[in-house]
Amino acid sequence: MSVTVTIPTPLRSFTGGRDAVELAGETVGEVLDGLLATHGGLKRHLVQEDGRLRNFVNLYLNDTDIRQLDSTDTPVREGDVLTIVPSIAGGRPAVETELPKLSHAEVLRYSRHLLLPEVGVEGQRKLKAARVLTIGAGGLGSPLSLYLAAAGVGTIGIVDFDVVDLTNLQRQIVHGTSTLGRSKLESAKARLTDLNPNLNVEGHEARLSAENALDIIREYDIVVDGTDNFPTRYLVNDACVLLDKPNVYGSIFRFEGQASVFYAREGPCYRCLYSEPPPPGLVPSCAEGGVLGVLPGIIGSIQALETIKLIIGAGDSLIGRLVLFDALKLRFRELKLRKDPDCPICGDNSTIRELIDYEAFCGIGAAPAYQGPEVVVEQLKLELDDKGDDLVLIDVREPHEWEIAHIEGARLIPLGQLPDRIGELDGHAEIVTYCHKGSRSMKALEILRGAGFGKVRSLAGGVDAWASRIEPGMARY
Amino acid sequence: MTLRLSEGLLGDIRRHGEGAYPAECCGALAGRVDESGAKEVVRLAPAVNRRTDDPHRYLIVPDDLRRLEAELRLEGLEIVGYYHSHPDHPAVPSGFDTEHAWPWYSYLIVRVERGRGLEAAGWTLDDEQPLMRPESLEVLSEV
Repeated sequence: MSVTVTIPTPLRSFTGGRDAVELAGETVGEVLDGLLATHGGLKRHLVQEDGRLRNFVNLYLNDTDIRQLDSTDTPVREGDVLTIVPSIAGGRPAVETELPKLSHAEVLRYSRHLLLPEVGVEGQRKLKAARVLTIGAGGLGSPLSLYLAAAGVGTIGIVDFDVVDLTNLQRQIVHGTSTLGRSKLESAKARLTDLNPNLNVEGHEARLSAENALDIIREYDIVVDGTDNFPTRYLVNDACVLLDKPNVYGSIFRFEGQASVFYAREGPCYRCLYSEPPPPGLVPSCAEGGVLGVLPGIIGSIQALETIKLIIGAGDSLIGRLVLFDALKLRFRELKLRKDPDCPICGDNSTIRELIDYEAFCGIGAAPAYQGPEVVVEQLKLELDDKGDDLVLIDVREPHEWEIAHIEGARLIPLGQLPDRIGELDGHAEIVTYCHKGSRSMKALEILRGAGFGKVRSLAGGVDAWASRIEPGMARY
Repeated sequence: MTLRLSEGLLGDIRRHGEGAYPAECCGALAGRVDESGAKEVVRLAPAVNRRTDDPHRYLIVPDDLRRLEAELRLEGLEIVGYYHSHPDHPAVPSGFDTEHAWPWYSYLIVRVERGRGLEAAGWTLDDEQPLMRPESLEVLSEV
């Protein structure tokens, strides 16, 4: 039998623009198989993986829906017309779904929660149904994932691509000495499922990027941002605004921390608070500036708390408020945040409709502000052995860093004091400056060159490179 | 691809959304496609939302669509896309929207916040993956 299949406009790109295709077959199913065999691109739009019609795809044989006939077994006759008609459906995200039940063991495990009327059985079932994504399994990610796991959150997704390093363990308590060198995902998964075997951990071993962020975040109800850099923070914010997800934010530095909940539907987003990132290099990272180990424990716990409150719908959330914590003074302060009507992503006339290049937005990857001559550690070693005292070596780090380790024969002049102490230096001497890893040293070079010093170079990779390649016994930090 | 429509039609969509609030409104965008592939909306065809069990869903059933298509054919028009409202929710596609989207069609979403029609945004299904991409919306001011 030869049957005409009419192709609706949206699917014509899969049939070379043709609005009808002639096919042979005895039944609707055979004709459909023939259509999919000759035009494979249609498959994704018409049938499910098991081969059955998707439920919003309708087939009409002449004027009758085949569901009212014998479905795909309906016989066809010469000259019949088979029409593909879409059902058009959609709508804003639904809130209500059937909540999972609690087992007896779960009732016992969460009994202290169930005693709280604000949580109760319903709240606990909401926790079990919840899907939370934590970005990063580091300082903030550790305490918050531990508390979310213990609290009975059913699914925790973790995005991280790092491995556990000895310098992490001063604060990243989800990892341990036994997991040194292993991937943070594996390490965290082992610890979290030991704490709560009911937990489903979904690992995303990747650097979150504009390419993968929407696909990863889309699958979760709430995102908890535990990142330590600006590009990722803006990326997480924008993806959450575009996908309409709450973003539980926390950040830490030295002895201070901040937390808030950014949720564009109900309040401001991160861009309403900080429309522009700071210039690159102005705000040091924890790796550069240090952080008190217990601080992420406090901020990460606040993030876990806010996440749980959002899930069970209890209390007043941090939406529209920024909490500032000072560990040395032991003081919490609170700032009211307003939604910025001109916010480029969540304002009334938003201009950002899709994810952008966040590295470029934050000025990363651009040419460094100053680029002067450098010397590698091996060359410096040769010159020091050769020239000795004729070569002036200046350490521009802070005194407490000097105490950890320094290169024999160097002089300490912290970068901040350099402009005032330039007079101490001989303008004709050969000078090499160094710092921890090389960036402050480059700034020192700029100052010295600006003051007319001709023979100055910076040690590439800083004292860290020296310790790793010249003096292996030297302490590193 | 570009979706062109007049300010007046966009206002009509907002009003349709406001009238349906707190439920969702829905309808088809009837128009023409030019040589460059850009779609121009000539008129709206408000549809009956056949989902009455959930205010956050809409459904245009195939029987209604077939009738509408026959009607439009006589006018020399075709369906170039659909519109619907998101009550108290941004004009971005939900997972449910994406899952049910057809290729090529424009999906115009208008946000209705506490009964007031706000921003509208156009979306189309990505060719490769189940993902809605923003579509450039050209709003023509009327003379």
